[in-house]
Amino acid sequence: MRLLEFQAKELFGQYGIKTPKGRYSKNIEEAREHAKELGFPFVIKFQAPVGGRGKAGGIQIVKNQDEFELKYPQVAGMTIKGEKARAILLEKMAEYQKEIYLSLFLNRSKRCYTIIASGEGGVEIESVKNQTIREVGLGDVTPQVAEEVAKAIGLSGNSITDFVDMLQRLSKLTVEKEAELAEINPVALQKDGSLLALDGKIVTDDNSNFRHTEMEKYQEKTELEERAEKSGFTLVELEGNVAVVGNGAGLVMSTLDMLIDNGGKAACFLDVGGGATTESVYEALTLISKMKKVKAILVNLYGGIVKTTTVASAFIKAYDDKLIDLPVYARLMGSESEKSKEMLKPTKTKMYDSVEEAISGAVLGVSKNG
Amino acid sequence: MANIYELLRGTKDSSGNYQKMPVIVQGITGTFGSLHAKMMMEYGTNIAAGVTPGKGGQKFEDKVPIFNTVKEAVDATGAKISIVFVPAKFFLGAAKEALEALDAGIKLLVAIPEHVPIRDTMQVLDLAKQKDAIIIGPNTPGVMIPSLIKIGIMPASPFKHGNIAVLSKSGTLLYEISNALTKAGYGQSITIGIGGDPVNGTRLIDAFEMVKDDPDLKGMVVVGEIGGDSEEILAQHIIDTNFKKPIVAYIAGRNAPKEKRMGHAGAIVMGTYGSAESKVSMFNKANIPVGKRPNEVAMLLAGKLESKD
Repeated sequence: MRLLEFQAKELFGQYGIKTPKGRYSKNIEEAREHAKELGFPFVIKFQAPVGGRGKAGGIQIVKNQDEFELKYPQVAGMTIKGEKARAILLEKMAEYQKEIYLSLFLNRSKRCYTIIASGEGGVEIESVKNQTIREVGLGDVTPQVAEEVAKAIGLSGNSITDFVDMLQRLSKLTVEKEAELAEINPVALQKDGSLLALDGKIVTDDNSNFRHTEMEKYQEKTELEERAEKSGFTLVELEGNVAVVGNGAGLVMSTLDMLIDNGGKAACFLDVGGGATTESVYEALTLISKMKKVKAILVNLYGGIVKTTTVASAFIKAYDDKLIDLPVYARLMGSESEKSKEMLKPTKTKMYDSVEEAISGAVLGVSKNG
Repeated sequence: MANIYELLRGTKDSSGNYQKMPVIVQGITGTFGSLHAKMMMEYGTNIAAGVTPGKGGQKFEDKVPIFNTVKEAVDATGAKISIVFVPAKFFLGAAKEALEALDAGIKLLVAIPEHVPIRDTMQVLDLAKQKDAIIIGPNTPGVMIPSLIKIGIMPASPFKHGNIAVLSKSGTLLYEISNALTKAGYGQSITIGIGGDPVNGTRLIDAFEMVKDDPDLKGMVVVGEIGGDSEEILAQHIIDTNFKKPIVAYIAGRNAPKEKRMGHAGAIVMGTYGSAESKVSMFNKANIPVGKRPNEVAMLLAGKLESKD
């Protein structure tokens, strides 16, 4: 899961990594209390799992109550890269001489963790110059390695000690919470040489969630996404009006790619998993029926082992139960496809021999009715 | 590193046929394990033993002996290959047991489970390195040499023996594209499922190294997807080694949103790390055409093979 900044900072706090004093809120009433407690000036920060918040205007300095009353609702009402604010963080400002970049990152192709650090932080990682990179196996960082990195990025004096301490704490967090990425960007190098984490980004391994019940409170899922997960599906909600359903992540991604190439707009990505049964497809249709924006369902199943009639039965049941009244454009690969076509004739499901034809059908159908 | 062809087909006997190498199934009595053990047997794979703790002494399908431990199963059968069907949270234990079985141990471990934590996979890979063993997966459909041996959960129908190696991160796209290749007359020499996890026991580059020297190899198909940079690294390796046989590719997820996991734990674009654009442009640099649709791949391969003649 990807933690929001204030959540990442909460974890930093638990691991003894220093952050500016801050409070998060879900509404302005709460925030007014925080404002009193913190005292002006401070920054208000838009909290959503996206980068580039500063550029988009999601981070604002407020100097007094009037500015606060004006800017809080502004920032809270923003949509940045399609994401609405999950919370707003009020945070004291720090005075510093320099911004540093620091992260521990799972390098997938090298199959080890790497430290990435630079004396020139504060910009997105792709633009960070003069990166110092060290491979550290499963993520444990020794004081020696941390010190080498500190010196390599040009730190001196007590900043080295502070950096070694911060990096080792970040390493402990990464290992214990099973993070794929733990990033502090920027780290503020303050006038007295001490370090402070001004931002935080943590992405943990979803497959390790079962042994991290303490992290459950950070889980951000829509009701439908949660329900999908319970059925062993993956559901990603999108903005368009054609629900894309299939078995296997690669196949559904490729279907989504082709739909969009052909001018369609996907309402969701729904992977029912490697196999497909009457029950799993019925449950997928149930989830889709709850999405108001959906105008058509595009189904691409490669049932190597599965009979297409098994899947066709799910559509028929869904229409019979009045679960859906939407047109379904389906390409079902597998045995008994002629029989399935016959079965589906009286319904709103159209069967196609190729996914390309099914996509054309869906795009055309939606534009006619839309 | 252990040679995958030797492990999968042994050496030819006096009449010129490859051996039926024994395979152990860990988790043979589970719903999923038993279904696929049966299907592998139907395909002709020599399922020599099963392992389920507490069920030692029983028989699977009235003929395959079940043991409590991998060690006993290896002792009894001499198997060097194991396929693992246990639930993700038990994978670490099951894989360790397999790799540590005897001094010889398992040399090829096919890891089917999805949702194995990365840390567990990394620990297993450390051990595999010490033991000089190949891990395929986790979250893989498996590996097969069509007409000879199938170790995995793939359906049999899309595949036909031939001279094209197919390496794929996705299971269903592997079936889909192999089916199209077969229909176009291009059978497969070997298919290797890389798996959809962030960390793979056999990366694309490792799979490439395993198959590239096969004298019968005529061409290769690489099926990648968004996430990580293993496609880029493979493309660079192909440029560096000046590999000349025809290769074509497909990349899934070109239109996927950023920062969202698209079904596979590994299919996520973080910033620009893992983007489809980066993969496609690297493949193009390596003179590897990338299909826009899975169905285009066989055509692209045909074009490559013909221009070579």
